[in-house]
Amino acid sequence: MYQYDQFDHTLVSERVAQFRDQVNRRLSGALSEDEFKPLRLMNGLYLQLHAYMLRVAVPYGVLSARQMRKLAHIARRYDKGYGHFTTRQNIQYNWPRLAEVPDILEELAAVEMHAIQTSGNTIRNTTADPFAGVAADEIADPRIYAELIRQWSTLHPEFSFLPRKFKIAITGAPRDRAAIKVHDIGIAMRRDANGNPGFEIWVGGGQGRTPVIAKRIRDFLPEPDLLSYVEAILRVYNQFGRRDNIYKARIKILVNDLGIDAFADAVETEWRAIRDGALRLPETEIARIAAHFAPPDYESVPALSVDFAKHPLAAPEFVQWVRSNTAAHKQPGYSIVTISLKPEGGIPGDATAAQMEAVADLAEVFGYGEIRVTKEQNLVLPDVKQFELHALWEALKRHDLATANVGLLTDIIACPGLDYCNLANARSIPIAQHISRRFANLKKLHDIGSLTLNISGCINACGHHHVGNIGILGVDKKGTEFYQVTLGGDAGTDAALGDIVGPAFAEDAIVDAVETIVNTYLEIRQDGERFIDTYRRAGLAPFKETLYGAR
Amino acid sequence: MALVKQGRIVDDPWTKVSEGVTPPAAGAILVPYALWERQRESLLTRNGPIGIALAGDHPPALIEADLARFELIALEFPTFKDGRAYSQARLLRERYGFTGELRATGDVLRDQFLFLHRCGFDAFEVTATGGAADWEAALSEISVAYQPGTDDRTPASVLRQSQPAA
Repeated sequence: MYQYDQFDHTLVSERVAQFRDQVNRRLSGALSEDEFKPLRLMNGLYLQLHAYMLRVAVPYGVLSARQMRKLAHIARRYDKGYGHFTTRQNIQYNWPRLAEVPDILEELAAVEMHAIQTSGNTIRNTTADPFAGVAADEIADPRIYAELIRQWSTLHPEFSFLPRKFKIAITGAPRDRAAIKVHDIGIAMRRDANGNPGFEIWVGGGQGRTPVIAKRIRDFLPEPDLLSYVEAILRVYNQFGRRDNIYKARIKILVNDLGIDAFADAVETEWRAIRDGALRLPETEIARIAAHFAPPDYESVPALSVDFAKHPLAAPEFVQWVRSNTAAHKQPGYSIVTISLKPEGGIPGDATAAQMEAVADLAEVFGYGEIRVTKEQNLVLPDVKQFELHALWEALKRHDLATANVGLLTDIIACPGLDYCNLANARSIPIAQHISRRFANLKKLHDIGSLTLNISGCINACGHHHVGNIGILGVDKKGTEFYQVTLGGDAGTDAALGDIVGPAFAEDAIVDAVETIVNTYLEIRQDGERFIDTYRRAGLAPFKETLYGAR
Repeated sequence: MALVKQGRIVDDPWTKVSEGVTPPAAGAILVPYALWERQRESLLTRNGPIGIALAGDHPPALIEADLARFELIALEFPTFKDGRAYSQARLLRERYGFTGELRATGDVLRDQFLFLHRCGFDAFEVTATGGAADWEAALSEISVAYQPGTDDRTPASVLRQSQPAA
């Protein structure tokens, strides 16, 4: 993975010192909270319902074991012993004390981490395929380009006061595991006829109160032009994006208002003027970054059939875990393992300090000391030998990290909701917990199969409800929490926004509603159909009927 | 309102002329774009340098043809959050080659000085006292530039090329 050099170290430690000065000016009263707000928001520090919240960047979701141990240490020393992994592949601490935040940042800087631009109207942490570099279906490794974007966007002098926040996602595989079509810019690696890497560029996707699937603005952008082209998009957006209404300030609104063709023309005109300038990527710089992501020295190990179900001695729980929590690795004999942070009745994405340390240890024992964070709020060990899967599973069980539900109904994405967030209309976490308990039976869960269920506590959609196969949105009706349900959302290659199924459900009815939806699917599904396939074939009608028909 | 140039508080030699007011016959005047657009010919006949003030919705291309006539361009920050002037500044400097004074006016915060400087601003109207001292400090807080700007900082990616590989 990427290692800081003197430039990276200098910038991050200077940024810590700068923020320490800003915090000191706030603590001394030289800055009012109003004056301090824009400064802390440049550095991931929010004021929530009960306390400050610090969001730490995990660049494109890649962590070393050493970094994970530091995150555990911070959770224990400065917080309440846990952290929360987010849909942006970051980690949030919910209880830091303002005076200690500079110390936390200094600890992070020691392991090459920071909180720069994890908030504010800035270019945020670029997210990437959590299987980058190891996925069997990969065209090219997106981490190289995500790191180039990280550096280019960090403290960008022109783009630190955008109309609104700006999120970029990149995937190197044809199967989209990075939800690129619901990002401000989505990037998919491609190769041209000569095998040269390049990028398909999507723009103007997003969730929030106006969900939009991105539009393709360029079929193939040559590799050296990545930063100049992205700069051109940002320059058009910075000048012409709306600033009169924060709900209409994202780039998706500009793209829709202008139309994709006019927007693309404006970008193209700007790009032609800067394409051959200082942002053109020299081969040497790409090679320098790429060297950090060279594959490890994989051992030559036997490729096992991962259909352990055929093994007479395999425990059914292990077979289930292999089926749902492992994925195909490009290296024969290895698997990609996803560690579920969704135990029965748990808080999606939360991990205790002890669990973080356990994952760090296991990443070293069963891999090359690398960990990934997923947008589904899980963790990944990217390089596990197949013949060691059973030993890993046994070890994970000891830390309550072996739940066999990745990609299944209880692998719920949920925002922090009204338990923490001052934007929320309703609680998300308790709903996720109730659903998780209702569907705790693993055999049933595996029979239901591939299904994403996402919960947001308000229209800002941090819980990605628009793109959940089942989406749940918390709404406030005269002081009471209600939950609106959408069906048919999809964050992947066939990205789609969910359709509202009907009137919202009360808190005590929402779990039953989910069960009714699932039972309806089980009743009408045809052979081999996932939930989303059935929904696409049958539409809303059968679900409306079972949910509301009796009324 | 103090004017900071090259890290010093200086007297502002420019007279701001608002719309509907007759410009003084001589001396340096700073006029809003709308006034320039309407009275271009008469303004050009007067004696004394002209500066122009652009709002965020005035693309720099509007004044490209007349750029050589201005010794000062003032770009407005109606609030510190409105970052359009950063792009306007870079375009004026890098695309159109403007070499006169580029001044930030309005809601300009100390903690934005570095970004402003990197985008080509060389003068700032500041409300707070002690702005000049802060200016020096603000520019030296971060020494590394990850990306090319309008200032003379060399991006890290270029500096790395002249170094042995790590």
